[in-house]
Amino acid sequence: MFTYVLRRILQTIPVLIGVTLLVFSLMHLIPGDPAQIMAGESAPKEQVENIRERLGLNDPYPVQYWNYISGVLQGDLGNSVRTGRDVTNEIGVRFWVTVELAFYSMILSIFLGLIAGIVSATRQYSFSDVTLMIVALFGLSMPNFWLGLMLIQWFAIGMDVPSWIPFIENTAWFKPSGWGSFEQIVLPVITLGTGGAAIIARMTRSSMLEVIDQDYIRTARAKGAKERVVVYRHALKNALIPVVTVVGLQFGALLGGTVLTETVFAINGMGKLVIDAIQARDFPIVQGTVLVAALLFVLVNLLVDITYRYLNKRIDLN
Amino acid sequence: MPNTNKSEENILEINNLQTTFFTEESEVKAVDGVSFTIPKGKTVGVVGESGSGKSITSLSILRLVDKPGKIVGGEIKFKGENLLDKSETEMRKIRGKEISMIFQEPMTSLNPTYTVGQQINEAFKIHEGLGKTSARKRSLEMLKLVGIPSPEKRIDQYPHELSGGMRQRVMIAIALACNPELLIADEPTTALDVTIQAQILELIKDLQQKLHMSVLLITHDLGVVAETCDYVAVMYCGKIVEFADVKSIFNNPQHPYTVGLLSSLPPHDRDIEGDLPVIPGAVPSPDELPVGCRFAPRCAHASDICNTLPNLVTNENGNQVRCWIYSDKWDGNPEVEVNAERTT
Amino acid sequence: MQKELLKVTDLKQHFPIKGGVFGRTVNHVKAVDGVSFTIYEGETVSIVGESGCGKSTTGRSILRLDEPTSGQVEFDGKDLLAFSKRQMRKNRKDMQVIFQDPYASLNPRQTVRQILKEAMTIQNAVPKEKQDERVIELMETVGLGKHQIDRYPHEFSGGQRQRIGIARALSVDPQIIICDEAVSALDVSIQAQVINLLKKLQREFNLTYLFISHDLGVVRHISDRIIVMYLGKIVEIADKKSLFSNPQHPYTKSLLSAIPSVNPDQKRERIILTGDVPSPIDPPTGCRFHTRCPFATERCATETPELRTSDYMKDGHQAACHYIEEIESGLHQVKQ
Repeated sequence: MFTYVLRRILQTIPVLIGVTLLVFSLMHLIPGDPAQIMAGESAPKEQVENIRERLGLNDPYPVQYWNYISGVLQGDLGNSVRTGRDVTNEIGVRFWVTVELAFYSMILSIFLGLIAGIVSATRQYSFSDVTLMIVALFGLSMPNFWLGLMLIQWFAIGMDVPSWIPFIENTAWFKPSGWGSFEQIVLPVITLGTGGAAIIARMTRSSMLEVIDQDYIRTARAKGAKERVVVYRHALKNALIPVVTVVGLQFGALLGGTVLTETVFAINGMGKLVIDAIQARDFPIVQGTVLVAALLFVLVNLLVDITYRYLNKRIDLN
Repeated sequence: MPNTNKSEENILEINNLQTTFFTEESEVKAVDGVSFTIPKGKTVGVVGESGSGKSITSLSILRLVDKPGKIVGGEIKFKGENLLDKSETEMRKIRGKEISMIFQEPMTSLNPTYTVGQQINEAFKIHEGLGKTSARKRSLEMLKLVGIPSPEKRIDQYPHELSGGMRQRVMIAIALACNPELLIADEPTTALDVTIQAQILELIKDLQQKLHMSVLLITHDLGVVAETCDYVAVMYCGKIVEFADVKSIFNNPQHPYTVGLLSSLPPHDRDIEGDLPVIPGAVPSPDELPVGCRFAPRCAHASDICNTLPNLVTNENGNQVRCWIYSDKWDGNPEVEVNAERTT
Repeated sequence: MQKELLKVTDLKQHFPIKGGVFGRTVNHVKAVDGVSFTIYEGETVSIVGESGCGKSTTGRSILRLDEPTSGQVEFDGKDLLAFSKRQMRKNRKDMQVIFQDPYASLNPRQTVRQILKEAMTIQNAVPKEKQDERVIELMETVGLGKHQIDRYPHEFSGGQRQRIGIARALSVDPQIIICDEAVSALDVSIQAQVINLLKKLQREFNLTYLFISHDLGVVRHISDRIIVMYLGKIVEIADKKSLFSNPQHPYTKSLLSAIPSVNPDQKRERIILTGDVPSPIDPPTGCRFHTRCPFATERCATETPELRTSDYMKDGHQAACHYIEEIESGLHQVKQ
């Protein structure tokens, strides 16, 4: 186990180097000059040139990259081009907001996805199976920014409810923006979690259906086990194996999704930070955020693989 | 003479069992009116080729036939009570306690995510309500009983850490945990090598004596039947074509299919000059079964009357055969010698 | 003297096992570990043994479906292992293989006609314009109807599919066919038909077979000579008659005695081996069978026995055991 974790951590090093290199190249390929943006559009040439020099933007690319990497290795992600503030700080303030958003959404995805998947699989071709799978298809095909806007419209701005429905007058139950309170958390989490829930539901269903046909399920029934035990103890644990892999990959999509969700709900997280930074060609912020996101993704997937190992005893990590 | 026995001497009596698979296009009668009995303490073998319905028959007894299969008729009397009248809850109390089952593939029949011990424990928990510690103690005893070396180590291992033979021993340990009166073994050694097969068959025979069990052995291997069974049912296309004691089946088979099956098996203890005798053609597809005798299209002796389905008739030895040749209605060659083609 | 068609010398197939922090090769599965034998033109040689003995791997290594680790394979005077991949492909025309599961080895989206024509085209065995004619001829040879020519594999039964596999092998006019458990998946009545077909084809086309099987009844019926393998090594090699009537290696003896007999009156003395086959990753030292052998001594654990013959054996009968004479004469008894 220890060697495995060690090996996996060692493996992340080239991944992270690759990520920084890729982001670095891409940022320099897209048009737009950060110095120009900082100085303002009508600024004199000398001023722009001064800024360029100060930021080291005139150095050859390999030198710039080397300077950046050696900074990173010392824990220095550089300073924001736009605000001049320390990138580590800028990310640090927003990091937990995004992690919370991603974490709650993930929990919602897994919870809804598993329940829907199990119910569907154990009642194959029934009314509830068909309904759930249609709902899942909707969840899957709906762009999450659209879902976010609709949720704001319905449950944050609110709809007037006809007077013949008792107790409810208006559906403005939640807040449309910000992060922290329960009223603020609910809608973004639903927005971000729906897609994942749909994928996990479909995956759980097909995986369960496959496992239910296995010989060891018949063995469990032949032992005299109750159907509930057969489904939850014998089938589910095996069916989860492919689902866990999907959950890990899903986390990447989720991190990408935070960018849109945070923008729609005006949440001051890493997603919003990176969008603003890209618009301002604020290289150090973009680099830093992507690096942190990549690290997060790699860590979550390491966790997933360890869970996978726990579920699937046939995989010998060493 | 299994069928003349009084019912209290039979642990299991199957009468006219019918199990059908319903699909949108067709109804396949996998088991089509099967009747036989298992005398107490004896081993009955059911042999047949793929598609004969032998495995579905065994699954029907425990009512474990998966959808779209359904038992549509007949009765299965276990100790005088019809299992088909029982509720699902009552059936669960019988499965694994009074009637146990082991399957063909020891590789896939054990749950890969639980240890050997956990899987045996479960049987004790379900049927005897034992707690963890006492269940584990009993599981260890079971592992010892089925001859697993260093059981203290094996009990905490996962199925993939065990060889095929060991896994089948674990399956047997699970099946016999609650001391069942009837063990159904569905191709228990088919996936195993000969030397391991010999070990497992020896173990089943040995435990049968120790625990006074009756055994229903489903197999396609005639050698396994000859070595282990007291009575044999030969199935073809969902029906029993012959039922007899083991010596009669091998020394004096009656049904042309049994004869053909025995002679097409290349023996390992003597040489055959020239070609092996064969049964021509192939097993008919289950949705295109012949109306009369199911074997007639492949039978060398078939005559006009074979277009009518013969009954399973008990002869003077108490053995049963489903063939017109042995009735007074036979309209084919009166001198027909079913066993003539056999080389022994 | 018959013509030597296939000569295998000291063939080894070691599959690496990866592990450790950097995924280095930490060990090897010694699937085939120094196997030598010769097959003469027109004969059938069988390799028998239990799962994991290396019988199938031997077949695959000869065809270079898996590249062997070391050794020599000479076919019709040519050194197969010296060939480039392309030359090897050309030479596969003369060496065909039939697998256990005919369904898995036939492309489900091709009709019989397409399957057979493709084989001919790849090997350039039959000119394009004559292919249809040849396909029909082949189908008749293996006992399939002309009307089935445009059907897909799933429309056939297991036995018929194996016939298609045989037709495909025959389509390029090979000299040797390696049958890897070719009849094992078939029902008894169908198995007999396919065995008879294989024997008929051998007579008609002067084919040579390397027949890999675990079924000793089938092997006895079809073979001229038999090789018994255990854990990657040959333990005994003999013509059929000597092997079945006068087995010398203790493993062969127990293997033969383990087969259930179809004669219920015959209650034979059976040697039941204890334990399982050890892992080929770390095979026992000395004689690989010594951990399960009822006759084993300390010498067996240290000294590897070579294949040899003795006064008790004739006609090229060889076994790899230190105690052939002692066991045969009764001097060396089973330890109680």
